[in-house]
Amino acid sequence: MSQYKVVHCNINGQDVEKIVDVRASLTDMLRNEYHLTSVKKGCEVGECGACTVLIDGEAYNSCIYLAVWAEGKHIRTLEGLTGPNGELSDIQQAFIDETAIQCGFCTPGFILSASELLDSGKFYTDDELRKLLSGHLCRCTGYENILRAVKKTMYRRLGKEIDS
Amino acid sequence: MSEVGKRQARVDGYDKATGRTKYYEDRIPAGTLYARIRHAEKAHAIVTAVHTGKASAIPGVVRVLTCFDVPDIPFPTAGHPWSMDPGHQDVADRKLLNTHVRYWGDDVAVVIAENEVAAIQGVRALEIEYEELPFVLDQQEAMQDGAPLLHEAFPNNILKHTSSRSGDYAAAIREPGLIKVEGWYETPTVQHAHIENHGCFAWMENGRIIVVSSTQIPHIIRRVVAQALGRPWADVEIIKPYIGGGFGNKQDALYEPLCAWCSTQVGGRPVRIDCSREETFVSNRVRHAIRFHITTWLRPNATITARKIELWSNQGAYASHGHSIAAKAMGSFGQHYPCPNMECDSWTVFTNRPAAGAMRGYGMPQASFADESNIDDCARTIGMDPMEFRRLNIMPQGFHDNFSGNTNYYDTFRECMAKGAALIDYEGKRKAYADQTGNLRRGIGVATFWYNTGVYPISLETSSNRMLLNLDGTVTMQCGETEIGQGADTAYAQMTADAVGLRSYRDVRVVSCQDTDITPTGLGAYASRQTYMAGFSIRQTAELLKEKILNYAAELTRLAPDSMEIRDGAIVRREDGEVMMDLKELAMTAQYNPVHAEHITAESTYTIRSNAYSFGCTFAEVEVDIAMCKAQVIRIINVHDCGKVINPALAEAQVHGGMSMAIGYGLSEQLLFDQKTGRPLNNNLLDYKLSTFMDHPRLEGCFIENPEPTSPFGTKALGEPPACSGAPAIRNAILNATGVAIDRLPLNPHVLYAEFCKAGLIHDVWQEEGKQDV
Repeated sequence: MSQYKVVHCNINGQDVEKIVDVRASLTDMLRNEYHLTSVKKGCEVGECGACTVLIDGEAYNSCIYLAVWAEGKHIRTLEGLTGPNGELSDIQQAFIDETAIQCGFCTPGFILSASELLDSGKFYTDDELRKLLSGHLCRCTGYENILRAVKKTMYRRLGKEIDS
Repeated sequence: MSEVGKRQARVDGYDKATGRTKYYEDRIPAGTLYARIRHAEKAHAIVTAVHTGKASAIPGVVRVLTCFDVPDIPFPTAGHPWSMDPGHQDVADRKLLNTHVRYWGDDVAVVIAENEVAAIQGVRALEIEYEELPFVLDQQEAMQDGAPLLHEAFPNNILKHTSSRSGDYAAAIREPGLIKVEGWYETPTVQHAHIENHGCFAWMENGRIIVVSSTQIPHIIRRVVAQALGRPWADVEIIKPYIGGGFGNKQDALYEPLCAWCSTQVGGRPVRIDCSREETFVSNRVRHAIRFHITTWLRPNATITARKIELWSNQGAYASHGHSIAAKAMGSFGQHYPCPNMECDSWTVFTNRPAAGAMRGYGMPQASFADESNIDDCARTIGMDPMEFRRLNIMPQGFHDNFSGNTNYYDTFRECMAKGAALIDYEGKRKAYADQTGNLRRGIGVATFWYNTGVYPISLETSSNRMLLNLDGTVTMQCGETEIGQGADTAYAQMTADAVGLRSYRDVRVVSCQDTDITPTGLGAYASRQTYMAGFSIRQTAELLKEKILNYAAELTRLAPDSMEIRDGAIVRREDGEVMMDLKELAMTAQYNPVHAEHITAESTYTIRSNAYSFGCTFAEVEVDIAMCKAQVIRIINVHDCGKVINPALAEAQVHGGMSMAIGYGLSEQLLFDQKTGRPLNNNLLDYKLSTFMDHPRLEGCFIENPEPTSPFGTKALGEPPACSGAPAIRNAILNATGVAIDRLPLNPHVLYAEFCKAGLIHDVWQEEGKQDV
């Protein structure tokens, strides 16, 4: 088997292709080949969630997903959630408004997982939200304001009144 | 309009919410070489040989460097300000790579390669020969005669022993009728676990060395890199971009010196060192594990008449911040609960474990656990409510500490406790949980702390600041006190807007990235000093800037400078409030005036010669499942007096983060070592149990805002305080729930099982069936 392979995929709405090392992770490919540096490395073994991206709409730890597996997939990073003129999505804005950001290193991963569960259109209880987001570690916020940002956005999207 | 006190959004919020913020790794140029470190796989040994042949032969490997190649220059790593007094300088006890390996994870060799894979393969291919030495992991065992010695200069492995005495302890305890409350309290080794691992890259430019690093302290790192390489300090330039958390680990020279040296060994080409998570846990810094022995003597009326405090701090293999942590912990007792007769001793002891350094709270989470556990035990012994006992004995209003110069200006401790007690219904819950039986039991506990703001008078406290009037009437502000996630830049923008007289904090552009060639000298982020210290230089520099602006305005308006002021971004005539011109017009005119062009800028240094007490408490409510040996926090509230809150939204967020760290410290976090080999057992985020999203109840942080008289903005420490009192509050809540006083952290099922067995709450099945512990 050749050590290199062409990977065709769609990243943030654009069809792209690059030759990548078959040993490379999707994190490596996105950061090194496409300069999508919102994809962060906190452990590189799928423990912290900082490298999360959406693959065909589903949140994955890109550090334990081989780049070659991305063949034919639609990949979305945080860069792709921002509008063409820098417009923020509602969940990005909520992270700012609710002071859910401190050092910012876990933020891209959190926002993408939050975006996956918000896009489901479902309603989740606080406990369910905590569980769904528990694949991400944060050492700055105690998760408190992150929960509030996600919850408020969910209520807004569902047209519900927030209880607290 | 005042910006200080408002819930403003972070100045770096947009970039962080879009993932545009650049951390060190996002700035590494293509073609940078990868340096990987070979760490020792022995707890204590002498390296007798490193065979590099196989590694050097790997395609892509550029250079292999070993402990036999490094300059013979021991250097210190602690992120302390330089002291002109040699006796007060940090201990220089490590080299870039070490032949005398002192812990499992010590740095032995480095492989520099064209790509990451070759560097990793190179590190694996190195063959190291060791002469093994006996090792010691426990700090008190390390002090025994005949224990393995780590550093020749420190007999019995004692880095430092300090004492303090007040009154006459020996005489005082002879008073008839005293009640003795004695305990041993044990805190574990934990790690900062910021989500961005430490890393850096270095190259040479015009003969000088430049390092971009994930650090909290760029100006201090410049000095340490220069020391380690034996170069003039000004030969080194450190650039600090945004960093993904630090919590004290990055208040130390980590791999900046080694990375800089590597670059010099490959002709100045750029070289990167990126710590893996596993390396971060072991080969960076950890929090000191401290063992306390406390003996408190009470009168029947609940006053404390004498106290003996002994503590042994586990330094690990290298001095790093050394005895500062133990000294700070020891110093806390006599101020927290002043009593007339005290005997205090603290020892900081080298062991064959990872080096301990600064970590959020700097000895206070440890001291607070021991002190607040013992205080609860005192209350229980004499049958008094623990909050009432604290009210009687805690630092009173008007208390003055002669060393720091701090005064307790308000009755803050009692105010904080009253607020927290009301919010959580402390009295009601104490009653409700008084006589519980059954498997699930609830309890409520309280713990308090005090904290200094900055390091005066132990070390230098200084802040420098530069302000520039921009052509659009905004102000650019630059200082050496770093943004590390806590929100310092936003607080600076708010303070600067008020100090200059701008419309909005958005009219201040804070230069977040520090570059020691450009940024006014500052000391960095530590000791919860940022907002307090920067406040002085912001106010002073703003005054200078305003003077220049008004002098220029005087030329244009022919009014006397002191008849005008700057209000909402405009020059205003004091007498009647008439707007003469806005700052944009003034800046443009000044810049392009063919008769008198001026670039309006101000710069100044403020030497801070004060400190300030910060205070607070935690109330925790727990539910204990006795059969499962599990404690769960169901409600937790922190109350802080950090003076005037500059930005309530950011302050609350700081408190949440500290509470989270305290819950981890209380319930789950500890770095474990194999007693047979000294090997770390859980240096990864799966096995090291830091708090996840599911381990918290709602975190509630609130404030008592007693303005600090020494600060121009009425503010004082908040960064570290939220991490100080959570663990003992949880411990005291478990005591309230079960009647079992547990004196070691973390309060995880392993510990609770043993303690509940001892207390007879559950039966020790293992022992009954005659099985050996596994």
